[in-house]
Amino acid sequence: MGLLKKDLLDIDSLSVDEIQTILDTADGLKEISSRPIKKVPTLRGKTVILFFHEPSTRTRMSFDIAAKRLSADSIAITANTSSMVKGETLIDTAKNLEAMAPDIIVMRHSSAGAPYLLAKALNAGVINAGDGMHAHPTQALLDMMTVREAKGDLAGLRIAIIGDIAHSRVARSNVAGFTKMGAEVRLAGPPTMIPQGADKLGAHVTYDMAEAIADVDVVMMLRVQKERQRSFLFPSEREYAARYGLNRHRLKTAKKDALIMHPGPMNRGVEISPDVADGPYSVILDQVANGVALRMALLYLLAGGVRNADHH
Amino acid sequence: MRIIIKGGRVLNPGELDGLMDVYIQDDVIAGIVENADATPPFEADSADRIISADGCIVSPGLIDMHVHLREPGEEYKETIKTGIQAAAAGGFTGICCMPNTLPVNDSKEVTRYIIGQAKALASVRVFPIAAVSRGLAGDSLSEYGELKEAGAMGITDDGKPVKNSQLMRRALEYSKSIGLRMISHSEELALANGVMNEGPTATRLGLSGIPNAAESIMVMREIALAELTNTPVHIAHVSTRESVRAIRAAKAEGIPVTAETAPHYFTLTDQAVAEYDTHAKMNPPLRSPEDREAVCEALTDGTLDVIATDHAPHSDLEKQVPFDEAANGVIGLETSLSLGLRLVDAGVLTISRLIEIMALNPARILGLGSGLRVGGKADLTVIDLSVNYQYRAANGFSKSRNTPFDGWEFQGRAKCTLVSGRIVHEI
Repeated sequence: MGLLKKDLLDIDSLSVDEIQTILDTADGLKEISSRPIKKVPTLRGKTVILFFHEPSTRTRMSFDIAAKRLSADSIAITANTSSMVKGETLIDTAKNLEAMAPDIIVMRHSSAGAPYLLAKALNAGVINAGDGMHAHPTQALLDMMTVREAKGDLAGLRIAIIGDIAHSRVARSNVAGFTKMGAEVRLAGPPTMIPQGADKLGAHVTYDMAEAIADVDVVMMLRVQKERQRSFLFPSEREYAARYGLNRHRLKTAKKDALIMHPGPMNRGVEISPDVADGPYSVILDQVANGVALRMALLYLLAGGVRNADHH
Repeated sequence: MRIIIKGGRVLNPGELDGLMDVYIQDDVIAGIVENADATPPFEADSADRIISADGCIVSPGLIDMHVHLREPGEEYKETIKTGIQAAAAGGFTGICCMPNTLPVNDSKEVTRYIIGQAKALASVRVFPIAAVSRGLAGDSLSEYGELKEAGAMGITDDGKPVKNSQLMRRALEYSKSIGLRMISHSEELALANGVMNEGPTATRLGLSGIPNAAESIMVMREIALAELTNTPVHIAHVSTRESVRAIRAAKAEGIPVTAETAPHYFTLTDQAVAEYDTHAKMNPPLRSPEDREAVCEALTDGTLDVIATDHAPHSDLEKQVPFDEAANGVIGLETSLSLGLRLVDAGVLTISRLIEIMALNPARILGLGSGLRVGGKADLTVIDLSVNYQYRAANGFSKSRNTPFDGWEFQGRAKCTLVSGRIVHEI
């Protein structure tokens, strides 16, 4: 079974079966990265454009490596190398990219919803690699892959996501993904960082970190951005660390084998203490490794899977 | 020129309501004749035109207090000419145009230019509203005396709130002596750094939200300053239940405050943004169902005095971009009456109340003589209540197409618009 979609824009539009398919495919492709020659010919002759309108190193690299391991040609363009700095509109840029006949465009953009605009305008498949505060579906999928790997099944798990929920596309996509797969999600952070109506996303919302992590199977910490201090979201990193930072002491109320996750990059000593980040249950680096496999799976399913089978 | 509007329900709320024939001689209403026995001012055979108004309402001309004409400066979005044509098609005989043009209307030259262009078209009346502060910068007062002499009808820094409360106070005090009505764009900018209504939809879409308080805080300030200076303030485009509550309380206290809302606030909610539809992006933003309900109630009970469109044309260049980069605003001149009639259909408003808030109240607030009476200027709107049609923005008169109502089915629209006895629109 493959994906019958042209694009991957968010988690909400994926069915449970589609998510299973993506995760199963990723599991199968993971082994390629441990071979001495980390390359298969699956997407030979396919072109993947990495269209990053917002700075990103790890997500872009992860997609780039994923494309190359499947033998696709990948080209990265960023906002300051594209014509957008010369005033070209997003749709014009997209149409120019389209004219070069790529198979997949991986897009990161600072505006929520921008990938939808692109997907509507283009025949090429579009993968959302993060749009504003809205969605980061590949991150959520790699998180689900990582948890499934460690816990076997997602249904029935309790997951706490802690930090700046308001500005986090990772949190939004993870709530959508984990709840869809039958897990219970709790969101926690200071009230300034919990957006209005967050409870309507399908998660339990609390401002109390202790309540959030009691008896959970997974604790996912989010990065706190220093510049948010200027918009009065928290008084100081010091106070934030004391109230919402994850340390060994706090972690005692979670399940003994609770997984520790972080989408990175981490502020060690602020949202997470170094001993927890490097502790035995930390899967932070597994997330990064799984990111490559998961993105290989998506590129395969969208560019080489069933949808395009008749072209082979 | 002699025109007879025959067989319509003539409705001038509080004064006239019945099946009558309206006789127009040149630019004035020469007679309103109720039955066959009465003597008409002229014989039917001597009329140049007889307009059949069977099944129609004959109303005083509708007035839109809040329109952006984009000329001078952004003629690619709208010109005075296309704006006027859209207004006529929507049943409006008069419109107020906002000062945020390029250059800003803060001088007699710009005011005169607008009036001159409009007069040359000899169509819908255009009443320029000038800037409260020079360049809409909020630093110093515009020259109200000269603006009034040039023909300005009011003042506002539309699109931009007057941040400085002292400047607002002085503007009220000073404009009072000159007789220019203050129109307030009520918004506390420090709270308003978002792109849609704050709430569950914004959270789900990952768009930054604007809370209701961003509006109502400033509405409350304007009420306080209206009371302090004992000068009328008109609040533009009210969108929240808290603003409604504050205005209702102020009116009960006898504070001279009036207010308008726009059709999109009584028709839509922030759900309209759900697919990142930039045609639903406006300022203030579309609010929650509770706010929409409060706005409807306030139109019924008199808390809100006026329906104005905030007609804000933008080209595709400003709208076919990511949501947070898109310009705020929707066009509205050609859909306002039909959307108002939906409220009548829904039993929210009587037809008489609708005419009050679309014709009589704007005229009263602006100090225009109006009404439908013998000897008065023949500014009339004939509203066909029975016609069904589908609104297509592409077939509209406005140069821009930015509307969330494209493709909507409506019942009722302006059949004929007359200004000074001239037919400026007819279907």
